[in-house]
Amino acid sequence: MTELLANIPTQLISLVTIVVLVALVWLFLTRTVLGRGFSVPLRTMLRPVETHEYPEKPRPVQPRFHGRHQLNRYADGLEKCIGCELCAWACPADAIYVQGADNTLEARYSPGERYAEDYQINYNRCILCGLCIEACPTRALTMTHEYEFSADTRQKLIYTKEQLLDEVPEGGEDPPHTDRQVRERGLNYYGGLAVTPPNLHGGKYRSAAAAPSVRAGAVVPPGELTASGELPHDPAAVGGQVRPDTGGES
Amino acid sequence: MGLESKLPNGILLTNVERFVNYSRSPSLWPATFGLACCAIEMMTTGGPRHDMARFGMEVFRASPRQADLMIVAGRVSNKMAPVLRRIYDQMSDPKWVLSMGVCATSGGMFNNYALVQGVDHVVPVDMYVPGCPPRPEMLLDGILKLREKISQETFAEQGARA
Repeated sequence: MTELLANIPTQLISLVTIVVLVALVWLFLTRTVLGRGFSVPLRTMLRPVETHEYPEKPRPVQPRFHGRHQLNRYADGLEKCIGCELCAWACPADAIYVQGADNTLEARYSPGERYAEDYQINYNRCILCGLCIEACPTRALTMTHEYEFSADTRQKLIYTKEQLLDEVPEGGEDPPHTDRQVRERGLNYYGGLAVTPPNLHGGKYRSAAAAPSVRAGAVVPPGELTASGELPHDPAAVGGQVRPDTGGES
Repeated sequence: MGLESKLPNGILLTNVERFVNYSRSPSLWPATFGLACCAIEMMTTGGPRHDMARFGMEVFRASPRQADLMIVAGRVSNKMAPVLRRIYDQMSDPKWVLSMGVCATSGGMFNNYALVQGVDHVVPVDMYVPGCPPRPEMLLDGILKLREKISQETFAEQGARA
């Protein structure tokens, strides 16, 4: 008997042992209740990992994600916000505070009559619903993809105009500009539907008290001022550069 | 810790402080306090895709004695406020509170008679996470900022807070 065993090559013995062991493991994993239970984590170990590695590799959000707000500027640095407070009216949570003020000949912050002297968004209240974005007539207010703005005090979550304003685009200049500078630039801010400063076409600049007549005098027929080559119906046309993080809504 | 008040003057505890903070910050055990829709996002944060277990905090404790972070997720009604305070009081020191979502932070869009206008009327809050509801990444960001804050805390600050 021993001689018979000794004549079998050792390779064959080990091969048979391995086959038997594999068969036993296979039987255990497929035929027994316990083994079938164990096979689940074994199979899961071979699957691709589902977990997002968040702080190291944040996944990109959807293009129309509603993140933190941003106040946009025209290519020359003028603010798009005209202080109309429509965003504050639209806000269901009363999170937006706008205080408008008149542009003057010496200090012009936005095209048109008014600008936002103070602009605050209270992120203690804001539900990031985007109704303010829809209400904004000049696309001054848009939403970025930024969402990491937790803070340890409520005070830090009230964002002021300085924090919300976009950076000055290249070649632009931080307002206030003088009215003369804006006129000499000759940009067409509202897509040919209205003229930049109220007095561009010989209208006399007056205070906001006389606004209706001034506004009526400021409207020119479409197309008259489209010499700078922008499309007449795109309000964002003067904004120029497209920021990647706003999904092209700069 | 009470240690610093018993020591004579001139003994600095910076390294002890650092060690204590190091041992406290990386494994916060949250007490479940899901009150509304934010709780859904909180559960998602604990789930496999965002996996809070990576930060050593997968055990949501239903018993406040074993928890040291209360995530107030959702709007706090006036009726819930005493319960919330009791849970907070039952948690053992050191403890922290994270206000998740705008409703917990300030009442959010529900500015009415039924809701507490900010959970910090009831308990001291250490971190406010905005959003309605905050996505899981926002909550993780808040938690990581809270951990950062805990690791910077001095004994004097801790004593003042307790």
